[in-house]
Amino acid sequence: MNQLIDFVIISIALFSIGIYGLVVKRNAIRMIFSIEIIANAANLNLVAFSRHVHNVEGQVFALFSIAIAAAEVAVALGIIIIAYRLYKQIDVHEFRSLKG
Amino acid sequence: MVDAYFVGVAILTIGTSIVALESKELIYGAIALAISMLGIAGFFLLLDAQFVAMFQITVYVGAVAVLVIFTVMLVRTQDLFSAKDDKARKVGGIILALVTMGGIGAIFIVSGISNPMFGNLESTPIDVKEIGKSMLTYYSPALIVLGLTLAGAVIGALALARREGLLKENESTN
Repeated sequence: MNQLIDFVIISIALFSIGIYGLVVKRNAIRMIFSIEIIANAANLNLVAFSRHVHNVEGQVFALFSIAIAAAEVAVALGIIIIAYRLYKQIDVHEFRSLKG
Repeated sequence: MVDAYFVGVAILTIGTSIVALESKELIYGAIALAISMLGIAGFFLLLDAQFVAMFQITVYVGAVAVLVIFTVMLVRTQDLFSAKDDKARKVGGIILALVTMGGIGAIFIVSGISNPMFGNLESTPIDVKEIGKSMLTYYSPALIVLGLTLAGAVIGALALARREGLLKENESTN
């Protein structure tokens, strides 16, 4: 039988992969991929704890989180398309007008 | 101990999420991300959360992945993806990821949840009826706000991506 710690370890591995992508990648779409991987790691943790502690809140929060992630991706991809139209590229190091 | 299904899904999920970040072509990365989301849905099934798994497949594999693939196709040009990652930055990122993994992993392994007695899988899985009940009673304000947020996000994304120049061009040609 799978223990809770197995799911938590998978979740930590996915989270670290997402952190690596956020730090290293310069392509805006790849940064969105990283954010999605991190959000999925969090959802996996929520559902795993919900199952092992027998609490319905974990699954409800996971459902809310998935829906919010969908909205976030829609807005982020809209911003990327706008930025691509303005700068003709999606390298985040070139989006200079967003700097303070 | 873990079973073979768990190991298979774990390898699929982590492998495809690495491919999503490291593949040469962005479109293959988007497809690998969709497969990684499917792997997460497999984990949800393993945790007896069928409703969340179906929701994950519908939203992530059905909507988000298709949206990402369309965006990748829209912004694709030849010289766009030739920019190489900085070597030092890459090494730093890998070290940061390993430190994060080791640090959080060590905390969880020494904590109480690594005890096999923690939690009991033998308890009955959570019923979909319970989820629906709590969503429509205690969490119903959150559900309404969530719906408004989704509508606002979609309208905002549409307003962002609208071409403002088109109307003026049409007016000037007329």
